[in-house]
Amino acid sequence: MAETAHVPRSPGRVVVAGASMGGLRAAEQLRAAGWTGAITVIGDEPHMPYNRPPLSKDVLAGTASFESLAFTPRASAADVEWRLGTTVTSARLDERVVGLDDGTELAFDGLVVATGMRPRKLRCDGPSGPGSGRHTVRTLADARGLRDELTRPGVRVVVIGAGFIGCEVAATAKGLGVGEVTVVDPEPLPMLRPLGELLARSLHRRHEERGVRFALGAGVAGFEGEDRVTGVVLTDGTVLAADVVVESVGSVANTEWLDGNGLDLSDGVLTDEQLRVGGHPNVVAVGDVARFPNARYDGVPRRVEHWSIPTDSAKHAAKSLVAHLAGSVAQPAPFAPLPTFWSDQHEFRLQSFGAPALGIADVRVLDGHPEGDVLVGYHRDDRLVGVVALGGPAATTGAARYRAQLLARPALIS
Amino acid sequence: MKVVVDMNKCQDHGQCVFSAPDVFQLDDTGRLAYVSDPDDALRDEVEEAADVCPLQAIRIEA
Repeated sequence: MAETAHVPRSPGRVVVAGASMGGLRAAEQLRAAGWTGAITVIGDEPHMPYNRPPLSKDVLAGTASFESLAFTPRASAADVEWRLGTTVTSARLDERVVGLDDGTELAFDGLVVATGMRPRKLRCDGPSGPGSGRHTVRTLADARGLRDELTRPGVRVVVIGAGFIGCEVAATAKGLGVGEVTVVDPEPLPMLRPLGELLARSLHRRHEERGVRFALGAGVAGFEGEDRVTGVVLTDGTVLAADVVVESVGSVANTEWLDGNGLDLSDGVLTDEQLRVGGHPNVVAVGDVARFPNARYDGVPRRVEHWSIPTDSAKHAAKSLVAHLAGSVAQPAPFAPLPTFWSDQHEFRLQSFGAPALGIADVRVLDGHPEGDVLVGYHRDDRLVGVVALGGPAATTGAARYRAQLLARPALIS
Repeated sequence: MKVVVDMNKCQDHGQCVFSAPDVFQLDDTGRLAYVSDPDDALRDEVEEAADVCPLQAIRIEA
């Protein structure tokens, strides 16, 4: 056996737990921030990272191939090691090691928590599991499975939950020619909590005009059927006949693997304003699993499930982590992203900048009319904290005009 | 640096315009126009624009 001097791993390894958009962006941004050591990304799906928003729209409609969804990693991240089809099952942060589902352990110098969310599922009586007709939409496999069922002739669809995914799925199903699409939600209007009453009412009308039915103000008591769902029983006693059920009732953070480290995992993983986790400067979190304070608003830690957040948080977290690993004590400015989201439903688009949910008590029409293209401002303490456009391209362009104003606003609480 | 936008994918979200305003613009009708051979000094901006494109329609070649 050849004599080899002990060479310390230099400059070490960063493990990225999670291989969706946040994991990919973290790997790329570690390189951009100057990290020259090893990077290993662990992901439980068999696919390289791909773009999820088309799952409830173009993939469901059959107009997007997987190839068109796959992200192309930056050239600077070409030497990243991808371990796909592998789940991170445990972590001992003090010992700097994570455990994998194949029984092996992997040592790290830095760790990026990017394990994201999974759909919440209703726990009530009735059929469940594969083949039961109950679906969620989070992964490519989910979307493909649902599409196969939506294209069966005469299928009756009940969507549970009138949030982003539920409304998009309902619109896409209508576009596919499904005759009966009913959306169930305990709130009196779709998307009421993220958008407030004015836009929620406008959305409701637009969906109804395009043939989507609603059962609002009612929850789900159970499902009818033996092996396969045949109906949805509502809390008010109504039974909706259903061949396919789509559950879009929120999501659960994938943080169980972090148990036992004394972290606050009550809703995602709590971070500080540098996206560092639980007093471990070599552990950062990115994407929708991170519950972070946003210095732009009130400093209250929140998870943000918007598409822009994985990219924004990866950039900040990578800088924070690389600075620590390089021994720097300099503090970057606190993370203060401007959240943005969009949603395409039927032929119209919602486009949002800022944090409308924080200004839901003071909603003002800035331009247009709720019956057509409309631009709405959300205010808190008389300050504009978010804008949402609903309608065609003109409305979207109008929203963009306010972006600089939203960015320029000083923090509400200094 | 060569920039290619797949105009079949592009849905005029305009996110790229915020990241790299010297390279990407929305015209008066809200459609995207862009510089296909921007100066290499703009590479960081263009990479960011490609990252934030909701349709992942922006490709950077060489």
